[in-house]
Amino acid sequence: MANRITREQVQHVAGLAKLEFTDAQLDAFTPQLDDIIGLFETLSEVDTTGVEATSSVSDQLNVMREDVADNWGQSEALLKNAPDAARGFIKVPAIIDESEDNE
Amino acid sequence: MNFETTIGLEVHIELKTHSKIFSPSPVAYGAETNANTNVIDWGYPGVLPTTNKGVVADGIIAALALHATVEQHTHFDRKNYFYPDNPKAYQITQSDKPIGHDGWVEVDVDGVKKKIGISEMHIEEDAGKNTHERDYSYVDLNRQGTPLIEIVSKPDIASPAEAYAYLEALRQRIQFTGISDVKMEEGSMRVDVNISVRPVGQEKFGTKTELKNLNSFNYVQRGLEYEEKRQQQVLMAGGAVQQETRRFDEKTGETILMRVKAGADDYRYFPEPDLPALNISDEWIKELGDAMPEMPTKRRERYVNELGLTDYDAMVITQTKEMSDFFDATVALKADPKMAANYLQGDVNAFLNDNHVDLQATKLTPDNLAGMINLISDGTISSKMAKKVFKAITNGEEPKAFVEAHGLVQLSDPAKLQPIIDDVLDANPQSIEDFNNGKKRAVGYLVGQIMKQTHGQANPQVVNQLLMTALKQ
Repeated sequence: MANRITREQVQHVAGLAKLEFTDAQLDAFTPQLDDIIGLFETLSEVDTTGVEATSSVSDQLNVMREDVADNWGQSEALLKNAPDAARGFIKVPAIIDESEDNE
Repeated sequence: MNFETTIGLEVHIELKTHSKIFSPSPVAYGAETNANTNVIDWGYPGVLPTTNKGVVADGIIAALALHATVEQHTHFDRKNYFYPDNPKAYQITQSDKPIGHDGWVEVDVDGVKKKIGISEMHIEEDAGKNTHERDYSYVDLNRQGTPLIEIVSKPDIASPAEAYAYLEALRQRIQFTGISDVKMEEGSMRVDVNISVRPVGQEKFGTKTELKNLNSFNYVQRGLEYEEKRQQQVLMAGGAVQQETRRFDEKTGETILMRVKAGADDYRYFPEPDLPALNISDEWIKELGDAMPEMPTKRRERYVNELGLTDYDAMVITQTKEMSDFFDATVALKADPKMAANYLQGDVNAFLNDNHVDLQATKLTPDNLAGMINLISDGTISSKMAKKVFKAITNGEEPKAFVEAHGLVQLSDPAKLQPIIDDVLDANPQSIEDFNNGKKRAVGYLVGQIMKQTHGQANPQVVNQLLMTALKQ
């Protein structure tokens, strides 16, 4: 079996997804992910010479809506559906504030 | 050792659209927590975003205002990260085809003009807001999906003063387009800063640090000044600058280590599959370009060259489009440009500061300001009387009607002033003697007496003239 993904890469991606795997899980998932990547590699058998790269599989373009505000009034229902809420906020486990700003 | 400094700025600007970038929820301040949110903003499974045309238009406008090339074949990308203010676990932004690239703004630092490049600008969605308490954090998603433009500078900024000037130029140009309020104190303009220094002649850039908590242009400049010096000292002591994020302390003016950066960020960008790509037509760009208001640099040239204002006056008047438009309208009503500029910088600005309001929220109108200035110019009222009239026009009163109703008309007729002057001279022989003995102060006393007799309405210039003639006889 070709080594398409390493155990370290699986661990790294899990870390990005805030997942923690045990050694046993890593041992199990690594070959499974390797197989999945292998399946997708079938795609590279297709000859794409002369085909332009694309960012989308859809041929739609310029689908836009006018800038009109419409409040669907869903906040109450959404808060009820949240795991926990308080004073109109979604209540989550305490976050150590690494970065308030998006970049 | 001599050093050169390289500063990079990432500026986020919040757009003033009616609705969010990918959902029709309203964009508005002061709403109840989470009230302006729907299933799209919460990132529910199965929902589909749609692109707000107004945001794309604003992106094009910003690109044009910053002399950037509009990328006509543009699309959105997905940036993956996990954080509770971002319920989808990704941000829709632009990565490989941002809406604008290769722009510039001109800055003037101590009379030296310089073009500072903008490498790219892209449109994206803002995240929600977290509030942290001891055991829990609280999330408000009202801000989630608010449209932003991020503007990234080229590594052209070589000093903290240039960074300040760049931000000011950016703020003004965007403010004039009307797409954003661009107010740092309200969060509609946010600045991320990085800085590195290197010995002069070294080709490779130095290791850069990032600065956080810079909540005003002044803090940006001060934070950079501190950090520039700190890095130079590290290098001169034979040390190495670490790649790290530092926090600016407003009280001490120092930067404090927050965290060391380990490895590059890994956001696994890929093209956003839920949103079709955009093809921006030449016609649309032209239409938006034609509707753009005159930019502050152009206005300053006009004010200096055609209206005779000083560079400084022109700069103050073009702080905001509202002020500049107000000035233009006042001058169009035949008000003296220099006086109009003085009133706007002086009494008007003081009034706005005292009341913490923007010009457009007041009852002041160009009509009334021009009316008042014209009453001063034609001698109807003195500039001292104008203080009262100014107060009245801040309440929306018409200056001429106010002047007439309050009998504020200036007494300039020599035939009426002469008898009053004669009376005052008759009553003050001592002052005449003082004047003849070379005591110039006597004149001031006599003028004061005449002003008193006329309840402050005498035209001081005419009084002076008549008085001097009388005294020299």
